[in-house]
Amino acid sequence: MRSKPITYTGWGRVAIATSDVYRPERQTALAALVADRPGPALGGLRSYGDACLNDEGTAIDMTRLDRVQSFDPETGRITVEGGVRLGDLSRWLAPRGWLPAVMPGTGFATVGGAIANDVHGKNHHNAGSFGQHVLEMDVITPKGAKTTGPDKLPELFKATVGGMGQTGVIARATLQLKAVKGDVMMVTERRVANWDEHIALLDASQATYTVGWIDATATGASLGRGILEEAETGAGLVPPAKKARRVPFDAPGFALSPPVVRLFNATYWRRVPARGRTVVKPITDFFFPLDKIHDWNRLYGKDGFHQFQCVVPLSEADALREMLEKIAKAGSASPLAVLKRMGPGRGGMMSFPMEGYTLAVDMPAAAAPTPGVMGELMAMTRMANGRIYLAKDALSDGEFIRAMYPDHAKWARIIAKHDPDGVMQTDLIRRLGLRSFS
Amino acid sequence: MSETWLILGASSAMGRALARSVSEGGASVLLAGRDLDDLRTHAADCTVRGAPIAEVIAFDARDPSGFNKIVTRAKATDGTLNIACFVGSMPPQEAIDADPGLIDGTVTDSFSGPAQLIQMLAPILEDRGSGTVVGVGSVAGDRGRIGNYVYGAAKAGFHTYLSGLRNRLTRAGAHVVTVKPGFVDTAMTWGIEGMFLVAPPEKVAQDILRAVKKRRNVIYTPFFWRYIMLIIRHIPEAIFKKMSI
Repeated sequence: MRSKPITYTGWGRVAIATSDVYRPERQTALAALVADRPGPALGGLRSYGDACLNDEGTAIDMTRLDRVQSFDPETGRITVEGGVRLGDLSRWLAPRGWLPAVMPGTGFATVGGAIANDVHGKNHHNAGSFGQHVLEMDVITPKGAKTTGPDKLPELFKATVGGMGQTGVIARATLQLKAVKGDVMMVTERRVANWDEHIALLDASQATYTVGWIDATATGASLGRGILEEAETGAGLVPPAKKARRVPFDAPGFALSPPVVRLFNATYWRRVPARGRTVVKPITDFFFPLDKIHDWNRLYGKDGFHQFQCVVPLSEADALREMLEKIAKAGSASPLAVLKRMGPGRGGMMSFPMEGYTLAVDMPAAAAPTPGVMGELMAMTRMANGRIYLAKDALSDGEFIRAMYPDHAKWARIIAKHDPDGVMQTDLIRRLGLRSFS
Repeated sequence: MSETWLILGASSAMGRALARSVSEGGASVLLAGRDLDDLRTHAADCTVRGAPIAEVIAFDARDPSGFNKIVTRAKATDGTLNIACFVGSMPPQEAIDADPGLIDGTVTDSFSGPAQLIQMLAPILEDRGSGTVVGVGSVAGDRGRIGNYVYGAAKAGFHTYLSGLRNRLTRAGAHVVTVKPGFVDTAMTWGIEGMFLVAPPEKVAQDILRAVKKRRNVIYTPFFWRYIMLIIRHIPEAIFKKMSI
């Protein structure tokens, strides 16, 4: 099979790599490839930093292996190839009364990527992470194809879920879907005045899907203000989703400069009436609000952006407040900041979630304060016994990360068994030294 | 009324895209090709997407002994039978220069094999007085070029065959669409240098279905290849023979 030299980046466009990319269209070709020219799998390239990069190595583009192999409308079990995109899957499933149990923020992510990063969604507090709904999967390891599940080679399963592609390529997966009433969402939005109210509302929320949008530029008494979104699936009629638009070029630096962002955020906050409102949206608009703007990452200009995302235990909410304060003071935040309460659910040894609060904030890479602020935030996360999300990371330190993931050494030992030559390593794994277990 | 698409070369990226599209529209599909495991995977996908019937049939352009079985299965369909052929092989020209024996296989895969099978299937369309044959040729068949003239010659032969078949089937109320794709993003073109304006296979499938609906005779996909090839065809041979495009 021919490869193609491709230069590509993660979603944040801060790290770049050139790889010989193979793109198998059949399972037999995939298996042969992992045996002859192994390399890590690429999906939708929606992780932000260098998790999906393998500079000067080979990589396997999975997007042509995107077929549904079986679907049982009675039980909601579906078997798909690893390269199927979650957006395609949900557009197709929702009218049939089912949805992937966990939906991340973009529908361009693939099932393989969702497992490898053990992604979470707005229902993490009650549904857990993506990997917890995987019933079985076929992983093509450098030592051969293996079928694994929670009760079948459980060690391999726990190392693959959230395992950043290090056990091998996820060729197929069987998922337990979640029954839904229809393909619309009933969304209740309410203004939140400040941090304490935000935390209190998140704690009290009984909704299936709950997420807080935070104005990370607000300071003082308004620190932590935002909009709380609570949603349930429903049936009904909504206007069809608007056609996607594209960002045609890299935006100039002032597009997301602090005054523009402050103005945008204030307007966005006031968009929701003071007494709140309930609106009906197509499911894709609710789960994947930004997918309608293709290549929105170009809004950050050619230098790209970092997303800081951490989770801290429930008892450390104050530490998170301090982090937000630091971000707001630095003034380099973007319009996209999210606060959410997570449940304890996590599917693998290297999974990100833990019971607590998670904060995600985008920062333009070119802004002067960004690297310094990111460094401080990471140190604060560690102090608070929290964790940094590998899918978002491009800057953190290996020793920090290994300390934040208590099962790391055990995981690295299992990986060494399945990939002794380290052929599945990515730039992230090398940067953080995640294969060492001493 | 029920409709069935027999897709020859159904494991190709374009064949897959077409199979998915017509399945979503509620048609049945018969997926013919060599990699039966892969075809079964794709048949499952088609079923899930809405095809009432999605079956796999073994088809090897170089083995006519299997053609009768395909004809029998095609006869057993109800309603309109459409045929789409995405079969072909394009060995690098240097490989052919080194072993001219490869010409036979290239012509069989890209022209004579599928033509023989389509010839056997044509009476079904005539009897039913409906149905469309979609023959996928190539812009390479419009003029012989140094880079791939054996493949081009085979596809040129296929184009001429399709034109004659159209002449025949139109009398019975059936139709033939000749499709000339430019560069399409498939396993065949992945990693080849000098590709430009590469079209996704889904776009080609859309163009094909539109052409079938509108009963177009010859289409280029994406459409601008018509103009590129118009120019290429009109370069005087005295000049063209010195060019390497």
